[in-house]
Parts: sequence; structure tokens; C-alpha cells
Amino acid sequence: MDNYAVVAEGLRVRRGSREVLHDVGFAVPRGSITGLLGPSGCGKTTLLRCVVGVQVVAAGRVTVLGEPAGSRGLRNRIGYATQNPAVYADLTVRESLRYFAAILRAPKGDVDRVIEEVGLGSHTDHVIGELSGGQLSRASLAVALLGRPELLVLDEPTVGLDPVLREELWDLFNRLAGRGVTLIVSSHVMDEAARCQRLLLMRDGDILADDTPDALRARTDTADLEQAFLRLVREQGAVA
Amino acid sequence: MSTMTFAGATAGRILTQLRHDHRTVALMVLLPSLLLVLLRYVFNDERAFSAAAPALLAVFPFAIMFIVTSITTLRERTTATLERLMTLPIGKFDLLLGYALAFGLVAVVQVLVAAAISLTWLGLEISGSVWLLLLIAVLDALLGTALGLLASAFARTEFQAVQFMPAVVMPQVLLCGLFAPREAMTPVLEWLSAVMPLSYAVDALTTVTRTAEVDGTLLRNLAIVAGCVVLALVLGAATLRRRTP
Repeated sequence: MDNYAVVAEGLRVRRGSREVLHDVGFAVPRGSITGLLGPSGCGKTTLLRCVVGVQVVAAGRVTVLGEPAGSRGLRNRIGYATQNPAVYADLTVRESLRYFAAILRAPKGDVDRVIEEVGLGSHTDHVIGELSGGQLSRASLAVALLGRPELLVLDEPTVGLDPVLREELWDLFNRLAGRGVTLIVSSHVMDEAARCQRLLLMRDGDILADDTPDALRARTDTADLEQAFLRLVREQGAVA
Repeated sequence: MSTMTFAGATAGRILTQLRHDHRTVALMVLLPSLLLVLLRYVFNDERAFSAAAPALLAVFPFAIMFIVTSITTLRERTTATLERLMTLPIGKFDLLLGYALAFGLVAVVQVLVAAAISLTWLGLEISGSVWLLLLIAVLDALLGTALGLLASAFARTEFQAVQFMPAVVMPQVLLCGLFAPREAMTPVLEWLSAVMPLSYAVDALTTVTRTAEVDGTLLRNLAIVAGCVVLALVLGAATLRRRTP
């Protein structure tokens, strides 16, 4: 268990009469970058919300860094960036970060460090509402990096970014993983999958695969992860 | 104490947000005063104005703070910042206390301006202490803030939040004794007015206008209003959920 940052077993989530996660189980090794991939609406955000402990769960168990998800003791050990940038649009980048740093009791200098890490150094004193979409999501990502969390849960952090910025962010993710930070990164574009050390492929509230990119390619006998995903979907369809 | 650290940081953040929005600050500070000026010239008579003004000095800040707070917190819910805060070490009560502190400070300024204009330019005369008048009016604005925080927990959309103003505020205004003496109401209405906190604030303000004497009833009324502020904050914190469906 100690080798895993997140372990989920028999996880079920209902929204109204509809079940959006069906008996989901997976394990995320410590210090790795795990990609959560699947089409829009397949339950990625719900699954991430379970990990950070803000989702009402119908059944099952999620253990995060050795404690039940949502425990008080986890609140300064996890960094979470929601899909819609969760920052105050009427504050500047620095003002917004200062507030979250105070809540996390992050050390002095942390605000400048994270601004540098996400590459917003030239926009420190800009009002967030006036930033571009990509800058906005980086401002939100910066909040998640405050206080040097052990686990980062990032919901679609690279959406709308140009290829250069995307490359820079993946460099940052790799550096963080190198430091021993565990990252769970969701995305609905398959070309990000190859950058991850492990993949969770999701569809319609089920996890189709929990494996390394290489193993997935070998198992489905394709060179391309998009094709691998399609083949897994077809296999599942054949079984059902 | 972590509660004060978190509440203080939250209040600071909200005031910084306001500082970026000059028009909102101007509206919040000046609106009650402008309405009182309007009322003064509608009556066109200082005595009639002096009879109604103390109650309105409570009602206007109460209503304005209610709307502002419920919209601000709803915005926090809908922009995912609340979801993010709920994953962080801040307590639910700390967050609401931060809101109350920030808007309480705004209310002090709002009431100071409104009272200063009423007592000088508009010719409002009171027998009791000006400070007591200010204290009651600020408590009342805080009551609006606390009820706004509580009400926003039940609103899913801005449309709903805006309509909570007439739903929660207007009955209290109608029944607080401003339009008809509470003793003259039918028993049901009198009972209703007795469970509404604004009635006690208006009672207290009327007392301060008429007499310099601070009696037990006045202190009791103040305690009731303050108690309702705390109760609304605690209930607001209790209805806030870390986990949502």
C-alpha cells in the first residue's frame, strides 16, 4: 500500500438516478505521472473529485496518501486544479496566490516560486479576469502548486494551451515527479497519453485499462495509443 | 488561532476584490444615503422624516448587504473557488466569518455616511446616543450579511439568489413596525413579526430616537439581533458541504 499514493476500490457514484462511476478500482504509484484519459463526459472529473474528497460517494473506498480521501490531514498535502479555473477573476495573479498561500500557511517566497514555475512572471500584477484562457488556467495551476503538495490532481490542465506552453508544462510535471510528487493529470486528447508513465483509460464511468503506455500498446498490438483505446472499447463491446 | 488567521485572510481577500471594483464600492457606500435623501424630499417635512428615518437607517443597509452577500457567495460557489477552498485547510465557519468581517467593515462605512447625512443635512433628530444608533445600524447590516450567507446556500442560480431578497427581506420590512405598529397587527402577524430579527432592530432604533434612556428592553433587543447574526453564521457554516453530489 505504501507504494501507492491513491488506491480506489469498488467506487460508485450516483447523480440522481444515473450511476456515473460503476464499481471503479485503480491504483496510482507514488512519484509517477498518471494520465486519466477518456472522452468528455466519461466521468474523469467525478473520479478526480472523489480523490480530493469533495464528491459524495455511493459506495467504495478511496485511500489517499494512506488516509481516507477527504480527511482533514490531507488538506495541505494535495494540490487540486479544477477544470474551470478556480481563481478570483477580480484579483491580480499575486493577490489571488497570496490568499491561497495564507490558507495553506505556505512559506514566504512560495508565491514567487509558483508564479515562476507556471511562467506567469510577466503577468504577476495583472488582473486575472483580463488574462487569456491559457494564462488563466496556469494561474489556477499555480494555486495547486502552493505549499509543495505530495499529490497533484490536475483536471485538464493543458486545455487551450499552445504547443510551446504545453511542452513547458509537461517539463514542469516531469520535474515535479522527479522530486517525488505524484501527479494525476486528466485529458481528453490522446496525444498527451504518451507523456504519462501510467494510464487510466475511462469510458462511460468504467476504467478500461490501468497500465503503462508500452504495455497498452503491446496488449492491443498497435503503435498508436488512440488506436489502442479504440481497440479496448471494441473488445469491451464484444464481451458485453 | 487558526480561525482568526483564515477569517482574516478571507476578509482581506474580499476587501481587495472590492478595491478593484470602484463602482460597487461607490454603490455600497452611497446607496442608503441617497435613498434617505430621496425619502426626505418625498415627505418634504422634517417631522415625518424623523419618524420614519431611524427604521430605514436599519432597513436599507440590511437589504443592500443581504443582496451583495448572497450574490458574492453564490459566485464563489459557481466559479469553483469554493470547491477548491473545501479541499484546503480552511474551516467552513472561518470562511463565513471572513465574509462577515469584510462586509461588516463595509457596513460601518455605509452606516457612518448615511447617519452623518441624516443627522446634519436631512435634519434627523434623536434623543439617545448617536453611537448607539450607529451600533444598531451596523448590527443590522451584519444581520443582512449573515442572512445573505445563509440564503445563498439554498440558491442554485443567480436568478434564485436575487429573488431571495424579496422573499427574505421584504416580509421583515413589512412586519417590522415601519408601516403599522406591531401591537396593532392581527395575532398571527404580530407573532410572525416577533420571530423576525429585523423587528427587534427597528424597535431598538425607535427607542434610541425617542429617549436617551438605555433600558433592559433595548439591551435585550440588541442581544437578540446579535444572537441572530451568530446563529445565521453557524447555520450557514452547517449548510455548507465539503462533499457535493
